[in-house]
Amino acid sequence: MIVLEKRPQPSRAWSMATPLVAVLATMFFGGLLFAALGKNPVEAIGTIFWEPLFGEYAFYYRPQLLVKGAPLVLIAIGLSLGFRAGIWNIGAEGQYIMGAIVGAGVGLAFYPMEAFYIFPLMVIAGAFGGWAWAMVPAFLKVRFGTNEILVSLMMVYVAEQLLASMSLGLLKNPEGFGFPGSRNLQSYASAHNAELIEGSGMHWGVVAALIAVIFAYVLLNRHMTGFHIRLTGEAPRAARFAGVKPARLILFCLGVSGALAGLAGLFEVSGPSGQISIDFNVGYGFTAIIVAFLGRLHPVGILLAGGLMALTYIGGEIAQGSLGLPAAAIQVFQGMLLFFLLALDLLTNYRIRAARKEVA
Amino acid sequence: MKFTSILATAAIALGLATSAMAQDKTKVGFVYVGPVGDGGWTYEHNKGRLAVEEHFGDKVETVFVESVPEGPDAERVMTQMALEGADLIFTTSFGYMDPTINVAKKFPKVKFEHATGYKQAENVSVYSARFYEGRAVQGTIAGRMTKSNIVGYIGSYPIPEVIRGINSAFIHARKVNPDVQFKIVWAYTWFDPAKEADAAKVLIEQGADVILQHTDSTAPQAAAQAAGNVITFGQASDMSEYAPMPRVSSIIDNWAPYYIARTQAVMDGTWTSVSTWDGIGAGMVGIGEISDAVPAEVKAEALALKDALANGSYHAFTGPLKKQDGSDWLAEGETADDGTLAGMNFYVEGIEGDIPN
Repeated sequence: MIVLEKRPQPSRAWSMATPLVAVLATMFFGGLLFAALGKNPVEAIGTIFWEPLFGEYAFYYRPQLLVKGAPLVLIAIGLSLGFRAGIWNIGAEGQYIMGAIVGAGVGLAFYPMEAFYIFPLMVIAGAFGGWAWAMVPAFLKVRFGTNEILVSLMMVYVAEQLLASMSLGLLKNPEGFGFPGSRNLQSYASAHNAELIEGSGMHWGVVAALIAVIFAYVLLNRHMTGFHIRLTGEAPRAARFAGVKPARLILFCLGVSGALAGLAGLFEVSGPSGQISIDFNVGYGFTAIIVAFLGRLHPVGILLAGGLMALTYIGGEIAQGSLGLPAAAIQVFQGMLLFFLLALDLLTNYRIRAARKEVA
Repeated sequence: MKFTSILATAAIALGLATSAMAQDKTKVGFVYVGPVGDGGWTYEHNKGRLAVEEHFGDKVETVFVESVPEGPDAERVMTQMALEGADLIFTTSFGYMDPTINVAKKFPKVKFEHATGYKQAENVSVYSARFYEGRAVQGTIAGRMTKSNIVGYIGSYPIPEVIRGINSAFIHARKVNPDVQFKIVWAYTWFDPAKEADAAKVLIEQGADVILQHTDSTAPQAAAQAAGNVITFGQASDMSEYAPMPRVSSIIDNWAPYYIARTQAVMDGTWTSVSTWDGIGAGMVGIGEISDAVPAEVKAEALALKDALANGSYHAFTGPLKKQDGSDWLAEGETADDGTLAGMNFYVEGIEGDIPN
């Protein structure tokens, strides 16, 4: 018989290894899935992981990895701070939407004026929008002890309705013949988050994501607040004795994650996406949760995990186009990744043992 | 080297490479907003794709990517198709408009066809169907069939396309039944079976015994079936699995003839950028079989209207018509121009409630 035995201490080795093992397991079982769908599994897996990086058109896909990965990393970094302290912001998607709406709103308010300060103002507004939206669950938790998981999640649906309303009403393009959607910020130079070097995929959102990684790393390792975050997550009682103020920590963690999600939304709406539209949000806020865990809630890990996730998206699209894999199969493939990661996480805290036969 | 020029070089290189083999295969790409199994909008576009394959056999190769979000993802999928040598790309959702224009700029040799939008370019055509003609037929049947005089309408988004349909259905329902009222629920989705079912249930509870829908799933049909004496119409696809009751007829998008014609044009080198808006007459809008649940005289009336619309002797928006606020819109015998219809953002007189924004 096999039994699980709790480790006296979480295994560092397994903690580092599980993401890799999870990726390998996903490749294996994903391959089985693709084979069951009648596709060559080696070719499918190869297409997903190889084509975007080293394939014939990698010159186009590599920059796209940055475009796709940047919002994931930016949001996941914010979420990881809270997750480490046991503060669960599930509503990054809503904060992302609000950042985009408020940021784009500020930009569009200036239209058609051209000035250097418009984009910086939009950035501030975007961060503010996300922050303010995250403050709702934060405040309710601090004041009334509500569950931030539920509140932040529900706020996503409110934000989605607001997004639809904005696309059809207040922010609707007056020259759009009555169709929904705002003006395209890509054709408004002062508000356009253009590529910094053409063809590189590097836009301000990518820069912000990299800064966030460094910022989070320094915060967690060199700063008192970071210490409090880690302490609260690892030893809540000790944290209280150490003088951590839970309310302040909640406001900080939700605020930062909201602001970063808002920034991600702003950089997306002013750059790759270009406009506020009804279906502007495509799930970055939720996928970022996977990225945060896949990256072990560690800033560098998140950076890598964001890249990996972007790879499966872009590779998945290529596999759809060239091999005819259904979109649902790609989603299952991505889901497997989180599934295996969580399942294998068990090994960090437990070891598997063959139980000795007990003789009565 | 600038990125666009890299792309252009790649495209030209590909162009040369493919034109060398072009004689044998034309590559046609399709970008879908939903899954091919949605039973509605995307399902019909995919049927169009399959028709292209069947018609041209070995002379074409088609590729598609489904469930592509509108925005940068769509742009990447289109770029990917263009890079991999597509000669013609159909982008089948309104939200793909700006991405299509962006990608088309980078690949001047590739032809693009964008459904339901209004931005054209040298290598971008737009096409859509006059679904409102089908709505006129539905409205007639709805007006005749309702006993409660309440017709429920599940709107997707309050955009001109949908508002046009509501107006057309309402005008023709009123024509045959002056007491009919429309109750409109906005689902804010094109495809979400759960939301659509909820909307249908709400409408049925409010007394509606006819449900019209501008959303793509069969959930409203299922809700109507469960409720019993409620009739529905298939949307985008025939949805004949719910015939003869609750589904009594349907509007079917038939993209196949257009897709085949445009592919042929690319093969012949005669492709030019056009704006196409076809209706029942050209076969782009089909009326699904009217089931036996509809009395013969109503069926005959509906079919007569369909024929009149098809041969152009009657326009679905013919005056006298007033706007909801009572102001004059069309004088006696006057018909609506395409510009007004394309951007329609008002209800006609008699519809209650406001268009949300």
